[in-house]
Amino acid sequence: MKKVFEIIDHAADIGIIVYGTDIEEIFSNAAMALFNLITEPESVEEKLHLDLEVISEDRDGLLVDWLNELIYLFDAKHILFKRFDIRSLTHNQINATCHGESFDPMKHKIKIGVKAATYHMLKLDKNSDGCKAQIILDI
Amino acid sequence: MARWQGQLIKIDDYRWKIPENYKTGMKVPGLIYASKEMLESIRDEQTPEQVANVAFLPGIVGYSFAMPDIHWGYGFPIGGVAAMDVKDGVVSPGGVGYDINCGVRLLRTSLVEAEVQPRISELVNKLFLNVPSGLGSEGKIKVSQKEMNQLMIEGARWAVKRGWGFEEDLDVTEEGGCLSSADPDKITDKATKRGMPQAGTLGSGNHFLEIQVVKEIFAPQIAGVMGINEIGQILVLIHTGSRGFGHQVCTDHLRVMEHAVSKYGIKIPDRQLACAPIESSEGQNYLAAMACAANYAWTNRQCIAHWVRETFASIFGKSPDKLGMSQIYDVAHNIAKIEEHTIDNRKVRVCVHRKGATRAFAAGHKDIPRRYNEIGQPVLVPGDMGRCSFIAVGTERAMKESFGSTCHGAGRVLSRGAAKRNIRGADVIRELGSRGIIVKADNLSSLAEEASQAYKDISEVIDVVQQAGISRKVAMAIPMGVIKG
Repeated sequence: MKKVFEIIDHAADIGIIVYGTDIEEIFSNAAMALFNLITEPESVEEKLHLDLEVISEDRDGLLVDWLNELIYLFDAKHILFKRFDIRSLTHNQINATCHGESFDPMKHKIKIGVKAATYHMLKLDKNSDGCKAQIILDI
Repeated sequence: MARWQGQLIKIDDYRWKIPENYKTGMKVPGLIYASKEMLESIRDEQTPEQVANVAFLPGIVGYSFAMPDIHWGYGFPIGGVAAMDVKDGVVSPGGVGYDINCGVRLLRTSLVEAEVQPRISELVNKLFLNVPSGLGSEGKIKVSQKEMNQLMIEGARWAVKRGWGFEEDLDVTEEGGCLSSADPDKITDKATKRGMPQAGTLGSGNHFLEIQVVKEIFAPQIAGVMGINEIGQILVLIHTGSRGFGHQVCTDHLRVMEHAVSKYGIKIPDRQLACAPIESSEGQNYLAAMACAANYAWTNRQCIAHWVRETFASIFGKSPDKLGMSQIYDVAHNIAKIEEHTIDNRKVRVCVHRKGATRAFAAGHKDIPRRYNEIGQPVLVPGDMGRCSFIAVGTERAMKESFGSTCHGAGRVLSRGAAKRNIRGADVIRELGSRGIIVKADNLSSLAEEASQAYKDISEVIDVVQQAGISRKVAMAIPMGVIKG
């Protein structure tokens, strides 16, 4: 299977490099990478389906805001997601249905507390092979 | 990360200057406090570049400073200090950091090592139960939306009013545990929702609660004023901040600042340095929201201090008062404050950003508690859990040179990932155990990230600020029991 993301070291924090055939895949794979850092996604079932809309300034900002929205939903509402259907994506708006379930301490292991997605060293590139993004997360 | 190859001009053995002409756009030079040996590791990351980048910010006065515990951070380096003239300067959330008012509180006790040693395991276990900690930890206090707003406005006093601590604690907390500029209307619903369940929790990462024993007293008279009287005396150090609440405030306002940068035509070399004029609505709104998060953090440490006292009281069968558990001081390590400083014999109002740096006001300053008027403001500098922590005081030289600021801790040398690959949490517990240090952690892998090898030696950091004259060291304590989130 083609690699969808990798985790990289970054000073006190952690980064993800995400691959995709198009920008939609970048957004859904970045979200998957995020929840791979937070928990073991195999343990998460699709019991809950949430429609999300995130609007931002530009495409780079949208990627950061999208991840921050998911971080917020985990930290405040304790929802773990494992799959993301991107319904529409423009240069500054994403609409997606996110599938997952509520955090259960007996069932889910929390590996890292991810606190925020940042603009630092943020990259989102498209070339003939597909797309690639880099995001540094504050943990 | 590539090694930094820029020019550092030696001023003296502990001061290194990045000249203003290093990069076009710098408004002031950079100044790094470090020993020659430390410069090697400082150059390993791109941190001096960050010091130079901060010097671009409008209104910056004096220098873009870096303390000896400097390491890489978002936008500003951690260990960075920058003062901006209120009239024409900017405020930047990156100059405060995500964990707004991450800081430390130190309690004294009248107990000595011999009394605590036989019960240390029991004490650590009970503290671990009584102080909520760990990833996603939720508090044992339930805060309604209305109470959350009160908490944001009142800070540590909110907890004291509920019987969690004493009025005297507020006297020995920076700003009395409350920034009066707090305005809950500037807080998003998201931040409030993240903050409510986490009030009164230690959290995870580098946050900890430590039972310490005094090992050295360098300035007995000053130590005496703080209630540190003898070698072997037991202290308790609490290190935590504003949890998910502060992170959300930072994230929310970085978005606003992104707009502000283009709106006000500010040129910045790094997106994470997004900022707005201090006197603009964006700047004022950030300062009002940041104050809410700072007050939340002081409340957090106030609640935890109360549970620490309760736990000691139940183990030793005496009231906190009888155990001499008064607070020595509480300082912020991540904050921006409007202060008055004297520059070239002129009084100037500046916004001092301290990110991974400590306020260190000298004796006689109006903003320090009366009881410390003769000795200067206590500065609390925690090391990593295997080494030691220092207590110092601010000096006149810090007032003149670094806007009354000094270092805050050890500073990381290994990334979290590298620490995890090279060090096992279980080995850390065993190694510390062999030296009589009991550790209780919620998560073993996060323990490895915080092992001694991942940090600079705090003693070297303190020596630099002492030699440079921006602080005076007073006492050193080593850990006996550690609770890690």
